[in-house]
Amino acid sequence: MENRIIDHQLGRLKDRILLLGGATETALNRAMESLAKRNSELAQKVLDEDKIINEMELEIDRMSVEIIALHQPAAHDLRFVIAVAKITPILERIADHACNIAESALILNTEPPIKEHVDLSRMAQVAAEMLRSALDAFTAEDSEVSRRVIERDKEIDEGYHRVFGELLESMIDDPTTTTSAAHLLFVAKHLERIGDYVKDICELNVYLREAVFIKHSPKN
Amino acid sequence: MGNKIEVSNLNFYYGKAQALYDISLAVPEREVVAFIGPSGCGKSTFLRTLNRMNDTIPSARVDGTVTIDGRNIYAPDTDVVSLRRRVGMVFQKSNPFPKSIFENVAYGIRINRIHQNKADLAERVEKALRDAALWDEVKDRLNESAYGISGGQQQRLCIARALAVQPDIILMDEPASALDPIATQKIEELVVELKNNYSIVIVTHNMQQAARVSDKTAFFMLGKLIEYNSTQKMFTSPDEKLTEDYITGRFG
Repeated sequence: MENRIIDHQLGRLKDRILLLGGATETALNRAMESLAKRNSELAQKVLDEDKIINEMELEIDRMSVEIIALHQPAAHDLRFVIAVAKITPILERIADHACNIAESALILNTEPPIKEHVDLSRMAQVAAEMLRSALDAFTAEDSEVSRRVIERDKEIDEGYHRVFGELLESMIDDPTTTTSAAHLLFVAKHLERIGDYVKDICELNVYLREAVFIKHSPKN
Repeated sequence: MGNKIEVSNLNFYYGKAQALYDISLAVPEREVVAFIGPSGCGKSTFLRTLNRMNDTIPSARVDGTVTIDGRNIYAPDTDVVSLRRRVGMVFQKSNPFPKSIFENVAYGIRINRIHQNKADLAERVEKALRDAALWDEVKDRLNESAYGISGGQQQRLCIARALAVQPDIILMDEPASALDPIATQKIEELVVELKNNYSIVIVTHNMQQAARVSDKTAFFMLGKLIEYNSTQKMFTSPDEKLTEDYITGRFG
């Protein structure tokens, strides 16, 4: 029987956070595409649309507070609202990192292209896959998938270390690439941070499903 | 701390109709235990087995054991009057006697001959009223009728009356359901205060009240104890789906 007043509110909240998740995914994918295809127009679009994401965050915050105040959720309902309230600013921050990548793209696109960094595109691909899986796992309340996504953060971290080494070498070998290499390094760092944020989302998915906080636990 | 009350395999019948099924549960010393569940689930009936209030119903029958401090209260040699002195009760509707505020509290002390003299009696009345967080509001009108004070004050007067005879355990059956939010808050604060000295069992339909005041919560349905857990656990991640469905308002 799902005809409680709160169900309607929780359903709306879920719709909103999934829209925010979708907008965040789009921002990340576009930012990386603007870099790979040297498309500054697309990078600018990412920056322009960030304010929509910020508004979505505020709307979800308002709805979460309202549900807690007016409907006093308990048990799974409570965990759902708490998980949404905690995942929302994480998504907004991921979108901010996408903006930072887009800003770097705007600069990089004016510089002569340097050699393609396979590991960087691989990092971006893993980050995008992780984000998609994390949002799917949130929808399905699947803690098993969430735990597998958490494991994948290592792939991003390893990629970051390789990219860091390569870009450092490139700066030493050919100082004219320094500006580009430095910006690519920022991009790599943003992707590394996004991996951490997706991990945080997955930890909240586990909380939603199992009512345990696995963040900061030794085996995590 | 140990258990104040231990109930084992308790079954209860009104004539042929069974109202409680095989209930086992322990109330720890100096903790608040809340009983929740839909109307007719047996929570009040169960509460009343803890001081044998159901004895007054002719067709009622109990099997199983209820021990308080290790002694079975259903043993044939139990003095029911002294049992009910040790296990005080507060009801949904405040029921002061048609007497003065002072006499309402003094009554139990007198009939149980707890006091030594008049001054001692006055002291005990004052202490009970203070413990019930009512003293400051009534100290200047002790000889006025108990009917002249507000509903919330009357309910605290009934709590003072229960405390005056020095119980160990206080049973409360919906003590705040007829009160406004401020009077309710006072009762809830009082419950939390009283657990320093008493074991308290409270029946409530107000889920948030159970969440606010109790250490442990028992959920009853159709005469069965479905789940008994720490209140924190019950309201964040109960073990039983039925509990979850009830506290989130899916039925009841």
